[in-house]
Amino acid sequence: MTMAVNSVPSPSAGRRQVSWGTPLTYAIALAIAAVSIAPVVYVVIGGFRTTPQIVANPAGLPDPFVWDNYARVLTQSNFWQQAFNSAVIALGTTLAVVVLGLAAAFVLARYSFRGREGLYTFFTLGLLFPAGAAILPLYLMLRDLNLTNSYYAVILPQVAFSLPLTIVILRPFLAAIPKELEDAAAIDGASRLGFLWRIAMPLSRPALVTVGVLAFVASWNAFLLPLLVLSDVSLHTLPLGVQNFSSQYTTDTAGVLAFTSLAMLPALLFFTLAEKQIVGGLQGAVKG
Amino acid sequence: MTSANQIRTSAGDASASPAGPHRAGRPSARQADTRRKWYEIIGLTAPAIAVYVMFVLVPMGFAVYYSLYRWRGVGPPTEFVGLRNYTLAFQDPIFLDALRNNAIIVFGSLLIQGPIALAIALLLNRRFRGRSVFRLLVFVPYVLAEVTVGIMWKLLLTGGGTVDAMLESLGLGSLVQPWLADLDLVIWTLLAILTWKYVGFAIILLLAGLSNVPDELTEAAAIDGASWWQIQRHVTIPLLGPTIRIWMFLSMIGSLQIFDMIWVTSVPAVRSLGASATMATYMVDNGFFARLWGYGNAVAVILFAISFVAALLFQRFLLRRDIEGAITGKVK
Repeated sequence: MTMAVNSVPSPSAGRRQVSWGTPLTYAIALAIAAVSIAPVVYVVIGGFRTTPQIVANPAGLPDPFVWDNYARVLTQSNFWQQAFNSAVIALGTTLAVVVLGLAAAFVLARYSFRGREGLYTFFTLGLLFPAGAAILPLYLMLRDLNLTNSYYAVILPQVAFSLPLTIVILRPFLAAIPKELEDAAAIDGASRLGFLWRIAMPLSRPALVTVGVLAFVASWNAFLLPLLVLSDVSLHTLPLGVQNFSSQYTTDTAGVLAFTSLAMLPALLFFTLAEKQIVGGLQGAVKG
Repeated sequence: MTSANQIRTSAGDASASPAGPHRAGRPSARQADTRRKWYEIIGLTAPAIAVYVMFVLVPMGFAVYYSLYRWRGVGPPTEFVGLRNYTLAFQDPIFLDALRNNAIIVFGSLLIQGPIALAIALLLNRRFRGRSVFRLLVFVPYVLAEVTVGIMWKLLLTGGGTVDAMLESLGLGSLVQPWLADLDLVIWTLLAILTWKYVGFAIILLLAGLSNVPDELTEAAAIDGASWWQIQRHVTIPLLGPTIRIWMFLSMIGSLQIFDMIWVTSVPAVRSLGASATMATYMVDNGFFARLWGYGNAVAVILFAISFVAALLFQRFLLRRDIEGAITGKVK
């Protein structure tokens, strides 16, 4: 997290460069930001128009401004139920990934035993397994275990597929904790598990938040797995809800826009709060 | 659970204990500690190993097994057909179309997003007011669910929709196309949408990598009289190598698995004609919805094998490049 404000730029960097660079920098930054955000803004604003308005003038602004679409989605659709399901599944996945990943990464980082590197490789192999490729046999397995149409059907596979990356990110973090700290803790009477609980875990909090955020976002946005294992509508997550709503009410463009922008909202809010963590985690992960 | 067993068999091995200054405790005490250490190792790793084996490795094993049968998913598979499902897949023009589409998405993503993201990251690699706001905005498409983004673009691209209206207002009405319905065009439209969604991720990753490039190096090059472009070309970009490779790897694996975006944006008819199908959509269409479970699992194995080989080749190729950088001429 090198977010600290830079000290005085060295003269060698050339003040000349900054003076003509800055407007260019801003122009590029603005253009990119506009392209990134414009379609999203359009969808949000479109939710405040009526379908006839949109059909008559697709690129226009709301005139008059109507709240009906949003109100309708929030009161008459399954939006709340789906948001709740998404939240339960994403939180359950995140919690399990962080706990299991931390325990395994701690052993792989701070215990020396025969087979350690083999075990680490065994986990990293999971990075090469595309989750999509396993979806059919996963469905069959969950069906045979009578787990389909339950939160577990989505949570367990998501945890399994998030573990490799979690362990890859956490291991160097835990390995970097100085041996002296561990020795000091041992002298003070802490066991190895006490060291994990009292020292290693608090120290690796930034990394834990990073893997937690990544697992949460992946789970919140997942579509293929819930699509196959949740046939019960009352268990549907938001991505399934958006898809159903848009195919059910094809003529209600304004309603679909409203539902879509409401479905975007939680992810955007959550992300705005956790953005620094994500970027910070990526920064740690790409340290070459 | 084999690895846990391996660990247990080596548990009695004294050499497993860490080398280091040992307190001269009684041997029994040391043995007790070693035993406890192994309990901890097994206890802490077992849950992760169990979930991982159960939901990642076992399904992949079953996929291979089912793929050898002709099976409708009811009762145990009995009709063994060997590799016939695989030969059938490679004889189906729609599957070959899906392969072609995956290739377009893999290489299209790398070739379009890479240069764009690199150029933007290099130009923005200086601190300016509002940089964090910019970072936030650029990341927005990446954070949104692919489904949501797909529905959004589907609405924007409908005939006579927003995109068409904007082209009209710019006097480019002649360019208006059936973006998602034209069988030759749909895959390129999808590539454009995927570029919009994922280029921000590449930019952020590269900016994160750039923040790890020490200022001293670029400053030293500047003092030596190197131009801005020379500095980027000979100092910054080479140092970004690991970051670029991580991004390429993630992008490639992601592109091979593309499903959600295709599923929600193009109508089943366009998909079933192969125009917008990918390996993943083909697999789900045939395996899950048409209940050709044996066949679908064969496609799953093909998808996995292609991803795996691509990943291995990538690693091999990169490893060699990295070694060349360090030890000249020593190529495995």
